[in-house]
Amino acid sequence: MAYLLRERRRGAAVEVYRHPWVVRIAHALNAVCLLVLLLSGLQILNAHPAFYWGEVARFDAPFAAIEATPAADGSLRGELRVLGASFDTTGILGVSPSADGGAEARAFPAWLTLPGYLDLGAGRAWHFAFAWLLVGNGTLYLLHGLASGRLRAELLPSRADLRHLGPSIIDHLRLRFPTGEAARHYNGLQKLAYLGVIAIALPAMLLTGLVMSPTVHAWLPWLGTLFGGRQSARTIHFISAMALVAFVAVHLAMVLAAGPLNELRAILTGWYRLKPTRTPK
Amino acid sequence: MTGSDRPSRRRVIAAAATGGLLAGCDQLSTSPQVNQVLARGEDVTRRAQRLLVDRKVLAREYPPEAISPDFRANGTTNPDSEDYQAHVAAGFQDWRLEIGGLVERPLSLSLGELRQAPARSQVTRHDCVEGWSSIGKWRGARLGPLLDRAGVKPQARYVAFFCADTLELTLDGSGDYYETIDLVDAHHPQTILAYDMNDAPLPVAHGAPVRLRLERQLGYKMAKYVMRIELIESFAHLGRGRGGYWEDRGYQWYAGI
Repeated sequence: MAYLLRERRRGAAVEVYRHPWVVRIAHALNAVCLLVLLLSGLQILNAHPAFYWGEVARFDAPFAAIEATPAADGSLRGELRVLGASFDTTGILGVSPSADGGAEARAFPAWLTLPGYLDLGAGRAWHFAFAWLLVGNGTLYLLHGLASGRLRAELLPSRADLRHLGPSIIDHLRLRFPTGEAARHYNGLQKLAYLGVIAIALPAMLLTGLVMSPTVHAWLPWLGTLFGGRQSARTIHFISAMALVAFVAVHLAMVLAAGPLNELRAILTGWYRLKPTRTPK
Repeated sequence: MTGSDRPSRRRVIAAAATGGLLAGCDQLSTSPQVNQVLARGEDVTRRAQRLLVDRKVLAREYPPEAISPDFRANGTTNPDSEDYQAHVAAGFQDWRLEIGGLVERPLSLSLGELRQAPARSQVTRHDCVEGWSSIGKWRGARLGPLLDRAGVKPQARYVAFFCADTLELTLDGSGDYYETIDLVDAHHPQTILAYDMNDAPLPVAHGAPVRLRLERQLGYKMAKYVMRIELIESFAHLGRGRGGYWEDRGYQWYAGI
């Protein structure tokens, strides 16, 4: 059964019903969940802002770490260390403004953590509650997408999509977006980006998160081995989170570049207007 | 005031804007209603893990080569109470572990007697709530057989561990470390009162003379410096009623995640 998008005419323009209501609600919940998970995750990370590879920590040789070190003049200096390289990050990472206007030694600043004050227990409560919400939301989304055929029709790149990937990347970099019939469906780059989030980044977040649970480790020890150990899983959890942040940044930039009103209408009402194709004169 | 130490207008506006947003988030975090909803997440986690994971499943055990050379000692590393320091000075010769509360036959065991009790050795991974892990070898008396010896009364539901370390000085003693676990976890074969770590007597930094090992949960459940064990029906009357020192300060009672 082919998956067809409903369409309607608005004057000279054609609108397609791109996002069914299940997808719109899932998208909104997803956005809220990812924001809360990011901020509460950084709160949790503040308890031990160092990353390792393998099963256990090697405290004197982290792969990356955020530190606060006293400078010669007695002030605190924030520092990000990655693979032996050191970057001065005072003001943001390691040392940032405290509520009373002074400087506070903390890995991620108050405006990037939930709650803003240091509270590992509260960060964990937010993180796990919204992780469950994300899992429930994602499950409903996937069930709907598989049952309706939408995932397959709209997100699985076709051979033509993949062949056209090179020119598509160049078009995106030049901020030239498909118009007319070519805009009816996602292009190959969009499909790969969305599929990457749905099929790779989010499952990786979920699985590496589960690996960190000591009870899950007793239950499925091979899952930890799959990711190279608990500390590797924790590091991958953070890298995947940063990949998601990068995705959201590009996603929002593309929304702005492609026409924010049309994109917003689509994600709020479902209806996406196909821009008329420029006809050569 | 010179121009250079006057905060720029943009900075002040930015600080006010983020400050307002942060205050909003923090207000949510301290609201009892919000915390009640968030605590549902903890319930779901506990129920899901209890449903999926056999309560008798053993935590993974490692070969001796996996033992961490730099196992971190967290929390209290040397309780400063006079009683405890006297025990340290005497090599814990007069130290006795009391097992009481809802039991038929309260026990009082010396370290030597504890070493005679049915024991278990295990090389396991210690997962700290902060995010790091270390692997260590533990040997200790299995808690289950000790509880059987004391005869747990039918109304008992939890085992409480009272410790020698005070993390916060308070008048009512609510800053003393304590923990509670349920009876199923207490009888798990890997739940031991560890007196040896890495083939040597448990160091003070790691909880001498005995610490609880509760594999499959996070480190804060594994009380160090255990002095007294009590079988109880409810932990509502202990500390601030949440079942442990850290639980009273916002940590989750169920620490399987």
